[in-house]
Amino acid sequence: MKRILVAIKRVVDYNVRIRVKPDGSGVITDGVKMSINPFDEIALEEALRLKEKGIVEEVLAVSIGTADCQQQLRTALAMGADRAILVQTDAVIEPLDAARIFRALCERETPLLAILGKQAIDDDCSQTGQMLAALWGRPQATFASKVEINGDVARVTREVDAGLETIEVDLPAVITTDLRLNEPRYVKLPDIMKAKKKPLDTLDPGALGVTPVERLKPVKFEPPPVRAKGVMVKDTQELIDALRRKGLA
Amino acid sequence: MNRILIVGEHDGSRLNPAIAKCVTCARGIPDAEITIAVFAADPTAVAADAATVAGVDRVVTVTHAIHSNALAAAIAPQLAELAAAYTHVFGPSTTFGKDLMPRVAALLDAPQVSDLMAVESATRFRRPIYASNAITTVAAAEGSKIIATVRIASFEAAGVSVAPAPIEAVTVAAEPATHTRFISVSSARSDRPDLQTAAKVVSGGRALASADNFGILFKLADKMGAAVGASRAAVDAGYAANEMQVGQTGKIISPDLYLAFGISGAIQHLTGIKDAKTIVAINKDPEAPIFEVADIGLVGDLFQIVPELDRLLG
Ligand SMILES: Cc1cc2nc3c(=O)[nH]c(=O)nc-3n(C[C@H](O)[C@H](O)[C@H](O)COP(=O)(O)OP(=O)(O)OC[C@H]3O[C@@H](n4cnc5c(N)ncnc54)[C@H](O)[C@@H]3O)c2cc1C
Repeated sequence: MKRILVAIKRVVDYNVRIRVKPDGSGVITDGVKMSINPFDEIALEEALRLKEKGIVEEVLAVSIGTADCQQQLRTALAMGADRAILVQTDAVIEPLDAARIFRALCERETPLLAILGKQAIDDDCSQTGQMLAALWGRPQATFASKVEINGDVARVTREVDAGLETIEVDLPAVITTDLRLNEPRYVKLPDIMKAKKKPLDTLDPGALGVTPVERLKPVKFEPPPVRAKGVMVKDTQELIDALRRKGLA
Repeated sequence: MNRILIVGEHDGSRLNPAIAKCVTCARGIPDAEITIAVFAADPTAVAADAATVAGVDRVVTVTHAIHSNALAAAIAPQLAELAAAYTHVFGPSTTFGKDLMPRVAALLDAPQVSDLMAVESATRFRRPIYASNAITTVAAAEGSKIIATVRIASFEAAGVSVAPAPIEAVTVAAEPATHTRFISVSSARSDRPDLQTAAKVVSGGRALASADNFGILFKLADKMGAAVGASRAAVDAGYAANEMQVGQTGKIISPDLYLAFGISGAIQHLTGIKDAKTIVAINKDPEAPIFEVADIGLVGDLFQIVPELDRLLG
């Protein structure tokens, strides 16, 4: 069966104002709203659209993390994923280990595409998709804003610093999503009911041959430096005067 | 001795200015010996550029026809092979570096520090997380190879050296992958300063309300010698080109002056401008969050203020 594997990371919702714990041991996540990483939601939407076009028959949603990630996987199933796998662990998973887990699943599930968000909005690493592509020995098309599948190649438009770049990759391949790829659909209530019956399997990283390793130890968390309070000017002339005083106009 | 290899991003003829910033970052590592690697179809001009960046000890070039376009899949195996002799491998936090470096890290089974913003030691670094709403310090085990993308807004460019570093052509055994092919690149080319390195940036948000209206910002920018940026809302609405987006998922910039017109100041936008020396906000809503970070604020209608600025700066 032709399928797409989609990564679903549980992250602090993008609307939450992040605060660092007073003792510097992390950021406050207790009682904070958690959501699917917005870029992963776009990844799932793209997979669903490719399924609706008849390019694949199955969309598999995969999350790595604590038992709570089941909530985000249920949302993914309600959006339209066919089945889900939670690789359950309480360990902090660095991008390289996430990539090792996805590689093991790609070898087992042989997807046509693995689609991941271009970054997770918690650690902002932007590594996992590229690392998966390297370990899997397959092409990568990162920061995608348009995806076309023609037989066994994908033509992908990428958002790069210079503008828009188009590349062609042989399938299977890894794609990471940028914000303008699509607008994810809303979940409808009946779909939430239906999603409860869809399969959600739980696996241990060890079952995929991966023992998570801490390679980069987070030793400290701090709030960012605050900018000094600014001044308000009352009209355009005052603005120009203020800029001239700073030698900026 | 720490041996640092920096991948020399280029456009075929010129070294990307971000590389001189990576060199400054690398010089922060104690006892550093710095090499720039240039992958190109013809590396001559770029290597000559790289050799004059102050602090660079050596330039190595890898010549292959496939490198006429920068493809991560083609460069990664060759860069990983070169990396064997180095303790650190750095690239810029540009879309080129973000695409390439994790692929190299995985091939080397090494961790990556993304958006490295400060060096504390050869194994200890600071980087932003949560759209720069927190800064974390990370430590790698002593002796582990470290891959990083360097947050270019955090470093000044290294100067130009009068005594160019030696350039050496090297051969690598790893063949570049051919499963990835470059087709084309399109950009709204302009003669304006480059957004990522401009000293002044004029930027517009959703309030501009059309691509035509963005014209008033271009006019003002030209008068000031500034680059033009945009919020995501302006880009999504088609008022501005995608490469103009500033923010968490656009460009992170550090100009001397950032003028924001009709931009509300969402966290994701502010991430991109926190390192600007002076932020000026023009917004008709006195409660707009952008005023919390602005050094100079002006409450008013941009459609009145932009032409006034244009005239008074005359
Ligand atoms: C995962 C994620 C990543 C994102 N990444 C980015 C990013 O990289 N960059 C980015 O910018 N956004 C990003 N966003 C979007 C961000 O959250 C905001 O939606 C966006 O920045 C809003 O753009 P804006 O300020 O132009 O629009 P709005 O928030 O709509 O603000 C328009 C402002 O214009 C003012 N205004 C209206 N008319 C006038 C007038 N005539 N004169 C003066 N002022 C006027 C209004 O008072 C208002 O403050 C991201 C969002 C998500 C979820």
